[in-house]
Amino acid sequence: MKYAFWPGCVSKGACPELYDSMIKTSAKLGIELEELFDGNCTGAGVISEQDPKLADALNARNFALAQKMGLTTLINICSTCQGIQSMVQEKLDRDEEHRAKINAQLAEEGLEYKPGLTIKNFMWLLVEDYGLDKLKEHVVRPLTSLRCGPFYGCYILRPSRILGMEEHPERDNYLEQIIEAVGAEPVDYEGKNKCCGFPILTNNRKNSLTQAGTHLAEAQDKGADCLVTPCPLCHLNLDAQQPSAAEVIERELNLPIIHLPQLIGLAIGIDPTELRMNRHVVGTQAVIDKVLAAVEA
Amino acid sequence: MKIALNVKRFDPEAGNETRNQQYAIDLPEHSTVLDALIHVREYVDATLALRCSCRSAICGSCAMRVDKQACLACKTKITDIVKEEGQEILVEPMGNMPVIKDLVTDMEVHWSKVRQVTPWLRPTGPEPEREYLVSNDAMMDVAGAMNCIHCGACVSDCPVLEIDKSFIAPAALAKAYRFAGDPRDGTHKERLQMLSETQGGIWDCTRCNMCVEVCPKDVRPMDLIMQLRDKAVAAGVAGGTGKRHGDAFSSSVRRLGRLDEMRLLPESVGIFNAPRLLGELRGAFRMMRVGKLPWKHALPLVSKPIPGIKHVRRLFDQARREEKETKE
Repeated sequence: MKYAFWPGCVSKGACPELYDSMIKTSAKLGIELEELFDGNCTGAGVISEQDPKLADALNARNFALAQKMGLTTLINICSTCQGIQSMVQEKLDRDEEHRAKINAQLAEEGLEYKPGLTIKNFMWLLVEDYGLDKLKEHVVRPLTSLRCGPFYGCYILRPSRILGMEEHPERDNYLEQIIEAVGAEPVDYEGKNKCCGFPILTNNRKNSLTQAGTHLAEAQDKGADCLVTPCPLCHLNLDAQQPSAAEVIERELNLPIIHLPQLIGLAIGIDPTELRMNRHVVGTQAVIDKVLAAVEA
Repeated sequence: MKIALNVKRFDPEAGNETRNQQYAIDLPEHSTVLDALIHVREYVDATLALRCSCRSAICGSCAMRVDKQACLACKTKITDIVKEEGQEILVEPMGNMPVIKDLVTDMEVHWSKVRQVTPWLRPTGPEPEREYLVSNDAMMDVAGAMNCIHCGACVSDCPVLEIDKSFIAPAALAKAYRFAGDPRDGTHKERLQMLSETQGGIWDCTRCNMCVEVCPKDVRPMDLIMQLRDKAVAAGVAGGTGKRHGDAFSSSVRRLGRLDEMRLLPESVGIFNAPRLLGELRGAFRMMRVGKLPWKHALPLVSKPIPGIKHVRRLFDQARREEKETKE
């Protein structure tokens, strides 16, 4: 099956390891991706906050680009992209008049959005389309002994009414299911579906880093070896800002934050350097060592 | 059906310890969590304290955390929670406020914040001869905020309030919108200025959607906070980082079709904000060292826009034109 692929700005910017690991991991799983090279930023909720209609037009453009490729499913690797895309799609599908206005704007580029496009985060795709059984068949390096905390990111969980939770009520539990499928042990902690604080990092640094630090400390206290997240924005606040968060909450923190495709990639036998496990502010060597030691044992 | 309740108990007269108590009861399948709790209090354990009145999701008295999420117990069916036989229902008091006893919390935290937003109309200018007239559209705009029943569910689960007690929190900010959006009020600018500049104001919301998720009356407080931000910008009273971040973000997408992370932070905190920028340098170097900040993106020749950039810019320009027209 071939999917239109929207990598999001962050995987092409501050988290290049997410993009690289997604390409490697999906290829090995046999998931064919056709990238939206001409796609634009979803606005990450910032543009929709200032001008919802503009955000609708920008996102409709991406949807229409995917449909122009003749594909019916658009994949993203970012909780924030998923949230914005779902929100805009719900509006466009519900309101025919609004859709016509937006399409009139897209017409100059020869684009049109027609309802019927499926938009899925890689996490949803793995469980719902690819299947955990098939994923398990690919696991050659079970991550036994790795204690892994899930960190979802707000926009892939809330508001649930636009995120298909009625049809797929277990979407708030997929990370745990995937962690188990690759042989690791999920660590439960309160912070797993709370906010990482990233959206207010520039505005209220103390609050932002207190949020990140609190969740990190909690997961660390519960014995997690690492966190896994489908959201690169959460990754940035939890990983790149972790030393600063430690200062703010006055706690020692050392918790690697792994992207979802990296976790899968490790389990299906991709070399950690190919997954760019070295491109983390909080070193991932302890995770790699634990994974490799389990294989050798 | 058989119902297994696990209730968090706290009795200040019996010491400061909280404990969990299990109750096994049998009730019809259509029962709500409140039905179950009332049954316990009436027939099993009269010491269980809870607050409730209308039992119809109107009064807002019975907000509590069920299965780790705030809700009205009277609006939450047992079968909404229990997915498999024997599954326990965890019932706890609301968060972010002191517990008085068992499931009863002290809501002063919430009321103090409601008072902080001056929750009454302040008309200015001469009084009309008869009543103040308000258009239907203007009233519909604030009607959503007026649906709030002050149950406290959003206050309970707000993650910002958890770490910052000064945050005005979703319910009171939604109430603030109700007056900042009412055409009869003559102090919109002062209201927006206060909400924008005060500690714990509208720019401290992380946009996490938790309040939207737990609100039993679909008030969508976060959406109203975003509209308050919009109003504050339009009224010219929002000059802080929050606004600059939005502007820097938009200009980056207009210029390149994607985010320019190298410029977003300095432009957001303000390029003349030297202390803050110097403070961020360490973090930036930390990221660059492991190849995280795309420093190449900062070079004008490498920083190429997406192929269809002219269409993205066209969408931006059209939005700006429309905005200008609406203002005129």
